[in-house]
Amino acid sequence: MTVGVVMLVHTAFERAEQLARHWVDGGCPVVIHVDKTVDNAKYDRFVAALADLNQVKFCRRHRCEWGTWGLVAGTQSASELMLKSFLQVRHVFLASGACMPLRPVRELVRYLDSRPRTDFIESATTSDVPWTVGGLDHERFTLRFPFSWRKNRYLFDRYVAVQRLFGFRRRIPEGIVPHMGSQWWCLTRQTLSAILQDPDRPLYDKYFSKVWIPDESYFQTLARVYSVNIESRSLTLSKFDFQGKPHIFYDDHLQLLRRSDCFVARKVWPRADRLYQAFLIDDAATMKGAEPNPGKIDRIFSKAVDRRTKGRPGLYMQSRWPNKDWENGITSGPYSVFGGFGELFENFEPWLAKITGARVHGHLYARDRAQFDARQSHFNGALSDEPAIRDQNPQMFLTNLIWSTRGERQAFQFGPSDAQKISWMIAKDPNAQVAVISGCWAVPLFMSNRNFADLRHEAAQLQRIENEHLAALRSPWAKARVRIWTMADFIESPMEALQLVVDEMTGKTSRRLTEAPRMHNLTGFGQFLQNLKNQGMHPYLMGDFPVETTPLNQAPKPRKPYLVK
Amino acid sequence: MGIWRSYRLRVQRQRWLARAFLKRRELQAVANRTGQIKPEDILLFSTFRNEDMRLPHFLQYYRSLGVNHFIMVDNASTDGGAAYLKDQPDVSLFHTDASYKKARFGVDWLNWLQRKYAHGHWALVVDPDELLVYPFCDTRPLRALTDWLDASSIKSFGAMLLDMYPKGRVDDTPYRRGTDPLQITEWFDSGNYVIKRNPKFGNLWIQGGPRARAFFPKAPERAPALNKVPLVKWDKKYAYVSSTHMLLPRGLNLVYDEWGGEKASGVLLHTKFLSTFTEKAREEMERRQHYANSTEYRAYTETGDVNPDLWCKWSERYINWRQLEILGIMSKGNWA
Repeated sequence: MTVGVVMLVHTAFERAEQLARHWVDGGCPVVIHVDKTVDNAKYDRFVAALADLNQVKFCRRHRCEWGTWGLVAGTQSASELMLKSFLQVRHVFLASGACMPLRPVRELVRYLDSRPRTDFIESATTSDVPWTVGGLDHERFTLRFPFSWRKNRYLFDRYVAVQRLFGFRRRIPEGIVPHMGSQWWCLTRQTLSAILQDPDRPLYDKYFSKVWIPDESYFQTLARVYSVNIESRSLTLSKFDFQGKPHIFYDDHLQLLRRSDCFVARKVWPRADRLYQAFLIDDAATMKGAEPNPGKIDRIFSKAVDRRTKGRPGLYMQSRWPNKDWENGITSGPYSVFGGFGELFENFEPWLAKITGARVHGHLYARDRAQFDARQSHFNGALSDEPAIRDQNPQMFLTNLIWSTRGERQAFQFGPSDAQKISWMIAKDPNAQVAVISGCWAVPLFMSNRNFADLRHEAAQLQRIENEHLAALRSPWAKARVRIWTMADFIESPMEALQLVVDEMTGKTSRRLTEAPRMHNLTGFGQFLQNLKNQGMHPYLMGDFPVETTPLNQAPKPRKPYLVK
Repeated sequence: MGIWRSYRLRVQRQRWLARAFLKRRELQAVANRTGQIKPEDILLFSTFRNEDMRLPHFLQYYRSLGVNHFIMVDNASTDGGAAYLKDQPDVSLFHTDASYKKARFGVDWLNWLQRKYAHGHWALVVDPDELLVYPFCDTRPLRALTDWLDASSIKSFGAMLLDMYPKGRVDDTPYRRGTDPLQITEWFDSGNYVIKRNPKFGNLWIQGGPRARAFFPKAPERAPALNKVPLVKWDKKYAYVSSTHMLLPRGLNLVYDEWGGEKASGVLLHTKFLSTFTEKAREEMERRQHYANSTEYRAYTETGDVNPDLWCKWSERYINWRQLEILGIMSKGNWA
């Protein structure tokens, strides 16, 4: 007993000829259906090229367009001719001119010989398959589709909409339950002939000829009626991308295909010479005769579809420019933003870098330059510290930085004296961990040696800016992980707050902090705030600071440089 | 898009085509082999001036990718480039002495030649210092890409301009004719590009890279545009608007995905910063034939001299397309 191959061809005739010869060499008779849209001269040349093989026959031609009945009609004609002309055929294998046998034909014959009653046809009910194009699943069986999807998309869509509007439904013929699956199958003579010789066939044909993509449902549905033993999978490895067109194999897939142990793969690029050489001429006997195992190929192609539909989060580039809220992640990874820490502590940056191992920058958005770690002039990705370049697109400056440093945690300082344009972006970004000690901008003012009128003016401005930033962080749209302390609260128990921040950053909770950064000496800060108040500027963001008056005649205790708990 | 705007863009496109039609008279055929072009051929269009040094490698590079025919416009070269091209069997050479600037930096000439010869073909428009890299370009010929684009009903393919530079000053290593310029200009900036959408034409406007940081540090918005759409299944109704940065109809500019996904894209490796650059920059400054009163060339000469060192500690050394893919400069999209 042997296997007959029904081959559907519409292009790349030289390759089709090569394939037909390969099948025949392996002992399989071939019936070829050529699309009627192919011009006659080409067809005649193709027939003539194969004239020397009496195991190859050509059936009546039908007009084939994707998603229409022609493909099924062609398959029917070819199958009938196959069953009639080659009585030794037990299984009929449906293939296309771009289907490549990966294993020696003898192995396929042997495989099928040991499963003489099994029909290999992927067949599932409509509710169970996710891969439907155009959102049509069950409706492809209950609506009419007189317009071409490819050429008349507008009419196609409108006509579907009209039918939906009026609740139009076709009746599904009795006795069948619509099933769908890969159009590439391998059926036994018994099952196939039962389908083709069914007395109700005109009825089914009439029904299916108006169904959407009948080549994925006609045999799949009717096989369920007749087959005694359906193995619901296709022997043809065929992967589809998100638009429903098959992925194509190229020369560089050779090893992948070899290791897949699949019998037939589709679709192969007609000019993939190395593949044709390897599988048709050298007749790869390297496979182990194992069961087909397309897992690895599956992964590669599903990754490709993911890349096309979801993309890499946090990447903005020439072919990925998502509309607002479609970013699928504003930035590519978590990062930390610190407000006020650098002002309150003398050595916050090196301390944080030492404790967390993260890359700690200064004020990236400082007005005079981007303060990269170690104040270098350029950073990862060749980002420049020039403020004009950064401010040309402050959002992309940050997304670029986070993207270019994937794998390394970034942290930077951000305060009211910086350029503020990214305030909202940080607030909305779930990757951002924002810790703010509000009011710390007053510390540098307090320590500076400037005229009080200027200080008062600047304090008012910084307070206004910080307040806006805090409003963004507290708004209902904020998705960042935000911690805000007033300066007064923070100073009450700085270690607890620092521990919290560091734990969040490192994701660990076990280690206790043993070393704290040095806080600036704040003696007299309360009085400084009181002076601002007395001048009519009300500093409220730092919380309630007592105006400590040092008792007379008592030497002030020096503060310990380290705070160890 | 409203009817009024789409009408205005249509008028604009027809204006560019009419302009191209008028400019056709400036072109004289030196070697016209366009009769050899077969229906499926991939064509390459290019304008050049004094690029004799680069041409041999340029032809070899694109031949090996599978370009079938080259249609080249020689804008008043004074070196041996034209003589060299004239004898190449797959090159059609046109000559003009007319103003590059008045032909909108060569766009009008190429629009005309494309209208005449590229209808129905995949057409690649690149400068002699631009080398196209696309996903799998080391294992699959250009034809594999265009076949895939055809099968996916995609009409245009974007490839960003990526400025390549040597380590050290540009004329430290002299370039030898016929060799691979990437052996010298093997460094690039991997992640300092900024993007804006151009609402009128729908294209992305990309700036950044070494030229922005080295020549336009105080005014980066004046830095050259890096977005390009060099590979298009051409139709005689199409027209490039400004270099290959954008085209009309505007749908062809939509080479990016707006819903979070990535479309397939490539990169044009821009090997401008070879040892030939210094002399060229001086010459172009005198000719004043370049974009926006040659702002770019003026910037080169303003920032010290025309022999810059663009390398920095974070420069990336070019390996292959996969590296560019991982860095997020280009994408495989759903081509696997």
